[in-house]
Amino acid sequence: MRDLINMVLVLTILSAFSGGILASVKQNTSEKIEFQQLKFEKAPAIKEILAGCSNDPMIDRFKLKDGEKEISFFVGKFDGRVKAIAFETYGKGFEGNIGLMVGVDIETRSLIGVGVTTHSETPGVGSKAKTDPKFAAQFKDLPVAEGFKVKPDGGVIDALSGATITSRGVCLAATDAVNIYNRLENKLKEKLKAYSK
Amino acid sequence: MAKSITQEFVKGLWAEIPPFRLVLGLCPVLAVTKTVENGIGMGLATTFVLICSNILVSMLRSIIPTKIRIACFIIIIATFVTVVELLMQAFTYPLFLKLGIFIPLIVVNCIVLGRAEAFAFKNPVIPSTADGLGIGVGFTLSLAAIGLVREIIGTGALFGVSLFGADYQPFAFMVEAPGAFICLGLMLCIMNLVGNK
Repeated sequence: MRDLINMVLVLTILSAFSGGILASVKQNTSEKIEFQQLKFEKAPAIKEILAGCSNDPMIDRFKLKDGEKEISFFVGKFDGRVKAIAFETYGKGFEGNIGLMVGVDIETRSLIGVGVTTHSETPGVGSKAKTDPKFAAQFKDLPVAEGFKVKPDGGVIDALSGATITSRGVCLAATDAVNIYNRLENKLKEKLKAYSK
Repeated sequence: MAKSITQEFVKGLWAEIPPFRLVLGLCPVLAVTKTVENGIGMGLATTFVLICSNILVSMLRSIIPTKIRIACFIIIIATFVTVVELLMQAFTYPLFLKLGIFIPLIVVNCIVLGRAEAFAFKNPVIPSTADGLGIGVGFTLSLAAIGLVREIIGTGALFGVSLFGADYQPFAFMVEAPGAFICLGLMLCIMNLVGNK
């Protein structure tokens, strides 16, 4: 009996101790980790989409809640005016989620560009969604009114050859982005006023 | 027979060097040694976990009941691995992206558990630290050595710097998984040839 209590006691204390350490490390690094993810995963895509903007979207960013989820928005200023906004959405690809950075022109209500940030698609096939600029360019200037589909599904997007599911995933993410934008448009414009000084 | 601390350290470098002599922990050895940089990064992460877990296991060896020692070891090791993972995300994000899943897999690396069970649980703190450091450094050197051979032959470059000029046709086989097995086998063979004299 003493043995049993001893075992339970040791494991409990050890687990509690380990939990404590992990919680404090997590808390102290979470800000840094978020910054690193921004810098290495999102920044390249954002720079491409908001190319030519006069501010630094990495600094001019804010968060908004969409239901339960919190989304980071990156502001792009052109000629001194707040003109575009970029944010990340996810779509189910061939293997796991595909992260897509979507840029929206808030004046013309159209896409200014999309770029894949994170994915685990097949190298050389599905991964072309990220590396082939022609694929992403198809989304440029499309209106943010309805969703996007690949051609076999009755849409306008040419799927990557051999990677229909990946292409569908990107379309899903872009469609999601449109929905989010439409849902949050008023709140976004409210927020953006602060940046248009 | 009690060995000196130096002896505990040095044995990890040749007599018990992990991948070659003990042939343990082959999963990261084969998977991440595509380049020297990856090998060293993986080796250092493992060394950190090894030293910390050895110290803690050795300190707690009179408290931990023998029947549940493995469970306690795993809690200790898993805690430190998660700490390493968070720290790598916070400070060396590009390396973290390359090593990916193999960092959490240090938890089940048999070297770490093996040293906790075979050495730290039976020895005082200082020899255990020396043992962890020795095995860790030996592991790092082994990974770096395999990485060196594979990177030079497989890509014709070292640390990303081209060595042989544009005429060199990279022997890409060496950076694939089978190349890792062959490289490890040949190095094991050389070590045995040298060691048996």
